[in-house]
Amino acid sequence: MSVLTPEPSPGPVPPKLRPPKDSPQRAPQIAARRAAAKAAWLRRAGALVAVLAAVLATIAVTAGPIRAAGANPTAAYKRYLMVPLTSVNGVVEVLIAATPLLFTGLAVAIAFKAGFYNIGGEGQFLVGAVGATAVALNLPDAPRPVALTTALAVGAICGVAWMAIPAYLRTRFGIDEVVTTLLLNPVALLVVQGLLNGPWRNPKTGFANTIEFSGSYALPRLFGTRVHAGLLVALLLVVVTGVLVATTATGLRLKAVGQAPGAALASGIDVKGYQLKAALISGGVAGLGGAVQVCGVSHQLTESISHNYGYTGIVVATLGALSAIGVTLVALLLGLIGIGAEKAQVSLHLPSYMGEIMSATLLLTVVAALVIRFWRPRWWKRLVAKGGAS
Amino acid sequence: MTQTLAVLTMMLTVATPLVFAGLGEVITERSGVLNLGIEGTMYLGAFVGFLASGALHSAWWGILVAMLAGAAAGALMGLLTVTVGVNQHVAGIGTTLLLVAACNFVSRLKSSGGASEQVPKLSKLFGSTAVIGQYPLTYLALFVVAPVIWWVLRSTGMGLKLRAVGESPEAADAAGVSVPLTRYLALTVGGAFMGLGGAFLTVAMLGSFSLDIVSGRGWVCIALVIFGRWKVWPTVGGALLFGFAEGLEKQLAITTTFASVPNELWLALPYIVVVAALIIWGRGVRYPGAYLKAYKRA
Repeated sequence: MSVLTPEPSPGPVPPKLRPPKDSPQRAPQIAARRAAAKAAWLRRAGALVAVLAAVLATIAVTAGPIRAAGANPTAAYKRYLMVPLTSVNGVVEVLIAATPLLFTGLAVAIAFKAGFYNIGGEGQFLVGAVGATAVALNLPDAPRPVALTTALAVGAICGVAWMAIPAYLRTRFGIDEVVTTLLLNPVALLVVQGLLNGPWRNPKTGFANTIEFSGSYALPRLFGTRVHAGLLVALLLVVVTGVLVATTATGLRLKAVGQAPGAALASGIDVKGYQLKAALISGGVAGLGGAVQVCGVSHQLTESISHNYGYTGIVVATLGALSAIGVTLVALLLGLIGIGAEKAQVSLHLPSYMGEIMSATLLLTVVAALVIRFWRPRWWKRLVAKGGAS
Repeated sequence: MTQTLAVLTMMLTVATPLVFAGLGEVITERSGVLNLGIEGTMYLGAFVGFLASGALHSAWWGILVAMLAGAAAGALMGLLTVTVGVNQHVAGIGTTLLLVAACNFVSRLKSSGGASEQVPKLSKLFGSTAVIGQYPLTYLALFVVAPVIWWVLRSTGMGLKLRAVGESPEAADAAGVSVPLTRYLALTVGGAFMGLGGAFLTVAMLGSFSLDIVSGRGWVCIALVIFGRWKVWPTVGGALLFGFAEGLEKQLAITTTFASVPNELWLALPYIVVVAALIIWGRGVRYPGAYLKAYKRA
């Protein structure tokens, strides 16, 4: 565009040397670049305003039920958003709560990025936990490095295997992955319950949970707190995935497959192959999350090992705009709200389900606000048509 | 023989909520909106139906209130997917998460733990005779609701408009059909049936409420609609197939031959049957033309 400007060149310009910045030749180029930068900045500012409006809307909507439950909304929000951060112990709890959400959020983000709607993070997380538990119960005497590597690897493989069914059905037969991944969630929960009520029932207590794992299956703790190494694994995965998607040709093709499958196919990209691989990786990440949860937090398999982590992962990925930074921040935020909700249940007698209500409302208001921000009233459109505003 | 009859009795009872909710989903998807809020809407219907039938001392009033609640949930989906036009997958999952959490919140406020109370519930007709002794809602579903929806979709102007909006909203709009109004109507009516399906679980089958009452039945309905290719009778057939699998599972689980098979495997069987049915009959289906697409006038 800039090289083909209509003005004749003021003199012989060496072919590879760009004209100086103040040259009239460069002026349109620079103006275009400035306009693009301004537009991008405006877009970002608009999105930020929309998200802030959505946050305010969420607070306004949830204030009603909080008051109806007999609590003061201001006190409740303080518990949800601030109190956990005022103590070291609170921060530790938030980090622990955010770790599974990092895994499931990343898992969903990878799949969504490729245009594969994996709604089965819940099931993959559960079978991942089952896989790690199977290793821990059968090889209790393995040395720690071997034990942990095997447990986490088997957990991830179980997640991949659980995802293999919907992924294969989608790419081979075109069967909607939303339905198949969803239907496998209750099945995975039944697998967990079946094992806990059957072969894995605790022989000492008779309760439906496994015995505690041997010490070699406990993930190392960080900084002498209860935060476990799973957090580092999750962050590492998020960063590596983010960098790979942003900088490599494979990442670019992945985005093309998700955003414009027709165009991707026409330019010779193996669309189905990419979707299959993205789906399997997604299942593996969710499964790894389940394995990390049993090895890092509970040290045994229980029925309630997943507090809706798979479904919340969809919230994390969507609110995080499928980006590495976004997923990290939203996972931390939802971890914070989750811990805050537990605290509010104790101190304000506000059922902790309020935390889930808040995250679901936030999801809906944010996705709505991001669309609504492109709405323009009719008088505005008329003004633009007249050329009055830009 | 008695076992066969027991399986068939169970089949009809289990299929009833799926017929209601599945046909509700047929209506909404035929208008071009995938309502993944179905799981949450059924949960809402189950919970609200339970509360209302206790408060109003009548199962039928409970069912009516549950239908209104379901319609409201459908209107919420309409606000998100029709008026605003957000991604339908995200809107549906978000609606389900919101409704389930909201019901659990209220449930916890009402009763701080402990056993769930019993409320007035429907009783079976014909003195609970095998197979024909069903809840009145079962007869309503199979002999009134399904034929009426089939007839409305196939043979009335309203049904034609609904299908037109789901296949080609541009053409429908050009012909003078209001796309938003039609979709709102489809979502509220469909939502009311989903609420009714949910209410059947509490007000007819159990008479009480528990947190795992719906346990994926809404997702089953989504599968049934694909399996039924967005047609009324095949979807009803799919619901009966699921009901048959569950009835069979309940019967086989109590026979001595299979005593060693864990109960959870039986419980998982209906879901696996649905996935298998999708693999066999769900390939290469043709989705409604405007499926998942928000409509905006150019």
